[in-house]
Amino acid sequence: MSGESSLLIDNLARHGVSRRAFIKYCATLASLMALPPTAGRAFAEALAKASRPSVIWLSFQECTGCTESISRSHTPTLEGLIFDSISLDYHHTLMAAAGEAAEAARAAAMQANWGKYLLVVDGSVPMKDGGVYSTIAGISNHDMLMDTVKGAAAVVAVGTCAAFGGLPKAQPNPTGAVAISELVKDKPVVNISGCPPIPVVMTGVLAHYLAFGTLPELDKLGRPLAFYGETIHDRCYRRPFYDQGKFAKTFDDEGARKGWCLFELGCKGPVTYNVCATAKWNDGTSFPIESGHGCLGCSEPGFWDAGGFYRALSMPAEPLKVAAKAVAIGAGVGVAVAFANRAKKSVARTDHQTATPADLEK
Amino acid sequence: MDAAQLFNWVRGSGLQLAVFIFLLGTVWRLIEIYGLGRKPDLAEPRHVPGASGWHTLWHRSIPIPGMMQRAGLTYIAGYGFHIGLVAVVLLFAPHIRLIRELTGLSWPALPSPFVDLLAVMTLAAMLVVLAERLHQPVKRFLSTFEDWFTWALTFLPVLTGYLAARHLLLPYTLTLSLHILSVELLLVLLPFTKLFHVFTIWPSRWFNGDASGRKGVAV
Amino acid sequence: MSASLSRAVNVLKEVIDAPIASYFASCVHCGLCAEACLFYTETGEPKYTPIHKLEPLRRVYLQEYTLIGRLLKWVGLSKPLSDAELAQWQPLVYDSCTMCGRCSMVCPVGNDIVYMIRKLREGMAIAGHAPAGVAAATRRTIEIGSPMGVKLSALKAQIGHIEAVTGLPVPLDQEGAEYMVLLSSMEIINFPEYLSAITRIMKQAGKTWTLCSTAFEATNSGIQIGVSDLARVIVLRIVEAAERLKVQTVISPECGHAFTALRWEGPNLIGRPYGFKVKHILEVLDELRAQGLLKTQGFGDKRLTFHDPCQLVRRGGVIEQPRNLMRMISSNFVETADPGKYNWCCGGGGGVSANDDAEAIRLIAFKRKKTQLDAVKPDQLVTACANCRIVLEEGLEHYQMNLPVVGLTEMIADHLVSD
Repeated sequence: MSGESSLLIDNLARHGVSRRAFIKYCATLASLMALPPTAGRAFAEALAKASRPSVIWLSFQECTGCTESISRSHTPTLEGLIFDSISLDYHHTLMAAAGEAAEAARAAAMQANWGKYLLVVDGSVPMKDGGVYSTIAGISNHDMLMDTVKGAAAVVAVGTCAAFGGLPKAQPNPTGAVAISELVKDKPVVNISGCPPIPVVMTGVLAHYLAFGTLPELDKLGRPLAFYGETIHDRCYRRPFYDQGKFAKTFDDEGARKGWCLFELGCKGPVTYNVCATAKWNDGTSFPIESGHGCLGCSEPGFWDAGGFYRALSMPAEPLKVAAKAVAIGAGVGVAVAFANRAKKSVARTDHQTATPADLEK
Repeated sequence: MDAAQLFNWVRGSGLQLAVFIFLLGTVWRLIEIYGLGRKPDLAEPRHVPGASGWHTLWHRSIPIPGMMQRAGLTYIAGYGFHIGLVAVVLLFAPHIRLIRELTGLSWPALPSPFVDLLAVMTLAAMLVVLAERLHQPVKRFLSTFEDWFTWALTFLPVLTGYLAARHLLLPYTLTLSLHILSVELLLVLLPFTKLFHVFTIWPSRWFNGDASGRKGVAV
Repeated sequence: MSASLSRAVNVLKEVIDAPIASYFASCVHCGLCAEACLFYTETGEPKYTPIHKLEPLRRVYLQEYTLIGRLLKWVGLSKPLSDAELAQWQPLVYDSCTMCGRCSMVCPVGNDIVYMIRKLREGMAIAGHAPAGVAAATRRTIEIGSPMGVKLSALKAQIGHIEAVTGLPVPLDQEGAEYMVLLSSMEIINFPEYLSAITRIMKQAGKTWTLCSTAFEATNSGIQIGVSDLARVIVLRIVEAAERLKVQTVISPECGHAFTALRWEGPNLIGRPYGFKVKHILEVLDELRAQGLLKTQGFGDKRLTFHDPCQLVRRGGVIEQPRNLMRMISSNFVETADPGKYNWCCGGGGGVSANDDAEAIRLIAFKRKKTQLDAVKPDQLVTACANCRIVLEEGLEHYQMNLPVVGLTEMIADHLVSD
């Protein structure tokens, strides 16, 4: 790519994106990220001057859905183009190189950009049995992650698997899957959860990093607050029906046809933090609730084990699920105390000194 | 934490935690208590029909002659609040629905206005119980922090439940959250306070009735 | 901790069992037991609330047998038992509790409070915090054979006297008799009418019976002071005598706690069932009545009422028998309020009558009995416990009530059909 400008704006221009379209995009992104209105232009200017950062993308226990979501380009989108505008030096689904050449590319990129490259991870890391359940080029996911993260500036965990363990971690978690943040403690980790995550969220974070060189503000779960600050329910277009107490009871009843709230059909919108209701999917076409199905809560930790997709939230999350464990521990404590008591009582009997009348008179 | 987050917590993790501690504590305490065992009675029993532990199990709910005159208020307020509490907990439609969700068991509910009335009666009876504990010399003498605390622990779920059901005072989500939270507090502390008598009262009555029943006296 | 205190805690650790744990876990501090206790009803002092009297036992239970109590003791939040505290509790556990068991009958959660008092006394006595009067009575029972120091020679004199008056033999140490009759010291010293009555009743019924020279004393102050080791020694005398003489039934005299000691506690004290039966004299009399072997004549028209001895009735199960016998001889038998198992104690049970420290409070507590009697206004008060009888007589005298007290057995004997 020598001879060509590595600035993002030039790269976009080469793909036919006008400066005007770019600034408009930046303003949208800025508003989506809840930056002040004046920040849009600053954002655009900073972004325009950003040079292509090196990105190493590692895929572990995942389904490639996250890559699918982000690289989907039936029409060239700005997201896609920005995505094209980074120097993606290693991504084994997308890269042409294979085998030893691929691993060599990773090593080369790491060396060339030591301390500066962005590490993107999708998928969880299996820890059980020495991590044998997922290896790449004979290297376990764990070893590859720990090796690659050393020279990274920051880590972006893309998708719920990387962010929270996701489906591989669902009970009974046969591979001992863990989230990236459980392994990486000495580098900033951004969680972009979702199964898959929304493309604009991904690019928004990248854009922020490109423009300002920092990661955006995060919530308690390490997710960019700008995108995960409100629940689906807060922004849902069906919310007025919820407030009026109008609920669809089945997927084919009157209520469902009238577009009433899907709460009783198990919608997890009220407890799910994500931006689906406003950013939407497929070029802003719709989002699950708009398509007539409740939210599954895919951007929340443990969503797979959260008690059934069609179980209404008003029902408690199966408190009796813990009953067996509680009873077992309680019985353990009780039996231990009972044995100790019996031993104590038996010692007391052994220590018994037969009373005599003299004992009574003092 | 805003109202929605509180609501989600009390309904989810909070409830799970409360049920966990409640079950753990109950099983532990029951084994701790009854694991001490009891020596068999070697005296030849006198067999008198009706004199047994089983008799005392229910008969002890009825005051013996003279006690109504001596301590009528204690009995009446006690009946009022215990019966009210059981009825409100077990016969209120939303509670039955919750039980059905958890266990699959269900039974007919009382009409909600009637449950409202029972809740008011329960609250009133509990206030009488409190006033009596403050004024009656024996009760006051016996009372420790635990007695006042467990009173509050029992009163709050009824009060918040009533407020939630009637949409009074605070926003519904908040009162409902507080109601569930107060029930969770009650569950967590029940095994470790005198409230544990909900379980131990039955073996206690049985032990007493059995010891006396062997002598041929129904108590 | 003094040696006697640590022995006391050890004894309490031995006696605490599942019922006690269940009772302490159940108490809701409702205070209803106070309303059942004559020491509270007659004084109005909350410290006499029965469950409060058990505080030392409760603490030992919590500290020794509950996980949380152990932790609290370990971190110093729950103080260990002290001698000073036991001394403070002595008047509550001994002077103001007759072990009448009325509290055990009203407790809404079902706590058998008197069961726990009996166990707490095991520790109190070993710690040296039992009343001197009861301790001395116990020593005399162990060393001399009777709490009042009555010896065999005194009994023999009594026998001679009764044989002379009745003209009937009073058998002593007769092997193979159907009944072995026991007496209480009180009956030898104060109420010789009892033995005389037995002699005549047995003659009429045609039953063989005997006294025993090694076991004529039935009372067991080991039970009252609460020392099972000593109570066992006293019970064993009777058991060994009864088995040696091969009697079928041992008759407990008109003494409430003697009956409880022998009938209900005895087998548990010696760790085995008996080879004979134990019956209270009223049970035997009622059986003889039912078999037609007890024939009386004449009905008194005096207004009679019956004082139910707690250990015999509420704690002993002999409820209907005295009533059947009363109706045999009286046409004017009236019940007091709260009759039978609900009756109020005379105030002198559980060792209180032998306890000088308790005299003042006992006379105050007697007001409960006085109220009951004032409501009925009987001409004569009948009972079936020599201890109750003494306490009633003292109480009546103190309150200047002119009311004779008589034992039911001798009353029956007075109505026997003369041959």
